[in-house]
Amino acid sequence: MFESALKGFLEGINHFSAGQAVMILVGILLIYLAIKHGVEPLLLIPIGFGAILVNLPLTELMKESEIWNEKGLLRIIYEAGILTEIFPCLIFIGIGAMADFSPLLANPRILFLSAAGQFGIFLTVILALQLGFTKLEACSIGIIGACDGPTSIYFSSRYARDLLGAISVAAYSYMALVPIIQPPLMRLLTTRKERTTRMDTLKVSVSTPVKIIFPIVVTIFTCLIAPKGAPLIGMLMLGNFLKESGVVQRLAQSAQNELINVVTLLLGICIGATMSADIFLKETTLKIFALGLVAIVLDTVCGVLLGKIMYRFSKGKINPLIGAAGISAFPMSARVVQREGQRADPQNFLLMHAVSVNAGGQIGSVMAAAIMLSTLSGMGIIS
Amino acid sequence: MSEEKIIAPMVGKVIKLNVKSGDQVKINQPVVVFESMKIEMDIMTPVDGTVKEIKVSPGQVIEAEQVLLTIETL
Repeated sequence: MFESALKGFLEGINHFSAGQAVMILVGILLIYLAIKHGVEPLLLIPIGFGAILVNLPLTELMKESEIWNEKGLLRIIYEAGILTEIFPCLIFIGIGAMADFSPLLANPRILFLSAAGQFGIFLTVILALQLGFTKLEACSIGIIGACDGPTSIYFSSRYARDLLGAISVAAYSYMALVPIIQPPLMRLLTTRKERTTRMDTLKVSVSTPVKIIFPIVVTIFTCLIAPKGAPLIGMLMLGNFLKESGVVQRLAQSAQNELINVVTLLLGICIGATMSADIFLKETTLKIFALGLVAIVLDTVCGVLLGKIMYRFSKGKINPLIGAAGISAFPMSARVVQREGQRADPQNFLLMHAVSVNAGGQIGSVMAAAIMLSTLSGMGIIS
Repeated sequence: MSEEKIIAPMVGKVIKLNVKSGDQVKINQPVVVFESMKIEMDIMTPVDGTVKEIKVSPGQVIEAEQVLLTIETL
């Protein structure tokens, strides 16, 4: 009797595989990066812990079943929040409530640069197709280039579920790595003279009516040209509208604190749960990480090159460095531009201009996703 | 002798003053730590000289182009 009882205890250990051990180490690595180096701790802590949990044998946290109450705990949360795309959309309400688009509104011509930051997405899609990914998988991977976590999750939970873990971890990792990836490219592509370009002081004074109307106009415009993007842009702009309307402080506060915190926790643990050894430890994961890096490099290159063109046309009034801020990693990318500008000329302050481009990049990445969805549906690939 | 005004490059908040009145400063020495949009940055003096007057204090919210301190150049 004693022996059989002991056997019960050892069962878990007997089922432990090398792959699971590797994935637990990956989980520990994510947690280490978050605690020791401050890499996106809000996400990597729950993701890392989820990755450890789901790779312990026989725990059945992600168990599938026809009968709903026999499903694993994390499976229930995953199906309810991620497969329905509710989590990323709720997160967008919070992001919208935190975002301040006034630097963008004060400086609208800069929107071109925010658009240029999205080219990397489309170029990466072409590359992913060449590597043999399906059209939908390729689009999901390309979105990593937006440096936009929730959009990546939204897209892959819908069209590339098996890649969800890899894509979201790649998206959040590269978002955190923006300060390392971007500066060498920026220096490589610009001359010292261009980097020392000083720009006029930007005074942000946007009237309240403009700020209130902006989210409504963007919603109508985007949904008309790319209706498939309505859940994303709609929720983002709803959050922003709550804040700018000025009369529902309680709702705006909840959106940017309680709502986004609760959803981030649940989302993180679910993404961790998709990182089981049999799904994650594949060559595909490495390809996704490589392509994600390519996407961000291409975004930066396109942004800075357009910045150089605008430098020419403005007769040296626009510093091409700000083009690098056209991605969604907010405010990391703007900070990088400020630092590089000041490095070339200590008296140079590009932050406000970079923040304008960066705020545009946040909208730009969602719009790029929306346009991609509408294109795919126009081509009959999705319904 | 002339006076150089150091102004805020954008709206934000003074985090820390690295110098006090009467201090000698060298060109490109960081004199004020400034924060805008949750991003901290140094403001450096564009000239050599002596700090004449400090017009702001840590924690103070600043408008763009507001004078932070003045420096007397030789």
